[in-house]
Amino acid sequence: MRINISRKNINDSFVAKIQELSGQNLLACYQCGKCSAGCPAVSDMDLLPNQIIRYAQLGLKEELLNSKSIWVCASCMTCNVRCPRGIKIAEVIEAIRQILLRKRKDHIDPERLPQDIRCQVPPIALISSFRKFTS
Amino acid sequence: MKLIYYPGCTLKNQAKNFEESGLCALTKLGVEVQELERWNCCGTVFSLVTDDLIHHLAPIRVLIRTKEAPADSVMTMCAMCFNTLKRANERVRADQEALSTLNDLMYEEETKYQGDVEIYHLLEILKDKIGFETIKQKATHPLQGLKVASYYGCYLVRPREIGIDDPENPQILDELMASLGATVIDFPYKTECCGAYKTVDNPEIVAERTYQILNSARELGAEVVVVSCPLCAFNLDTRQKEALKLFPEFQTIPILYFTQLLALALNCPEEKIRLDLNYIDPKPILKSKALI
Repeated sequence: MRINISRKNINDSFVAKIQELSGQNLLACYQCGKCSAGCPAVSDMDLLPNQIIRYAQLGLKEELLNSKSIWVCASCMTCNVRCPRGIKIAEVIEAIRQILLRKRKDHIDPERLPQDIRCQVPPIALISSFRKFTS
Repeated sequence: MKLIYYPGCTLKNQAKNFEESGLCALTKLGVEVQELERWNCCGTVFSLVTDDLIHHLAPIRVLIRTKEAPADSVMTMCAMCFNTLKRANERVRADQEALSTLNDLMYEEETKYQGDVEIYHLLEILKDKIGFETIKQKATHPLQGLKVASYYGCYLVRPREIGIDDPENPQILDELMASLGATVIDFPYKTECCGAYKTVDNPEIVAERTYQILNSARELGAEVVVVSCPLCAFNLDTRQKEALKLFPEFQTIPILYFTQLLALALNCPEEKIRLDLNYIDPKPILKSKALI
């Protein structure tokens, strides 16, 4: 895959917004890959957690906003407790989700969930899913 | 000892077996439990972005209700409620401005929150306030010969500052099971995420994780798996049906709330243990060990 790195992207307000919403210093990451090594969700991800941080450092906005990974992460916090630099990766991923959700780009539509799912899953699942995946 | 108890939404629905067994066990241990009045949903997940104060309102309102009980601490059994309440509490304790904004938003509340309520998970009460040694002595029907793997999942142990045990190698459930006379089975997937709320939009991911987690426990000799979270319980228990469809060789294994085995060892009546609500029937294995 070809990636264009530009000063314009790196200085884009998108990067600042991620840092502001997540409360994290993206440049603290030195790409050791420990987050991705322990992540239980990597087999379903297109961008691995360490790549998400690298892409965020470089301001690769479209790639991040269109990635499948941000909707696969269930904020289990395994990456956060293992990061040797103390970066809260789950918070960075939540910030990217929030940037989309604040434009009302929801990941799921509660009304379109299959009937059996709606009837079967406990309230704790529905509420957390709506909290994470809808605006 | 008297406790103010916050049930949360799922213990009044799919997880009645969690609530009823837990409350019965506490009564057997001589604890008086009073359900919090006018409680509301905690929101289930802690908002991770810095500016999203509105989602901390629900958990902080629960803490206001606790103050009005009146009490200075509240106990919950659900791992997700515990995490959300405790993280929201720590958030406002560290940020007076956020606390003040939240109090302003809840201007109709007569009580102001000042960070002055403690949140305990039931496991902390059992370990620190009652003591596993006392529980061992009171366990008149020990779980002799039952091989139990303890699954901790995420929210009971992560993040580090909120978790009630080591986030990488927690022991608290295993210690409880050992005090009840069970044979404890350690397994490497005990803190691996089950997929949580992905069960709503992608049950297949959860079925795959269920397969991996439970296979690991079974291969190491577990006969049952205990959990402390109603969402883990739902996923690991009912998604075994989907796991079987994906992996026909998969062997099912009963999932129990830790409170159900606690209640069993304390000789609570079967109508309080509610084994009928567990999806994979735990009765055959418990009968084979003469535990029911």
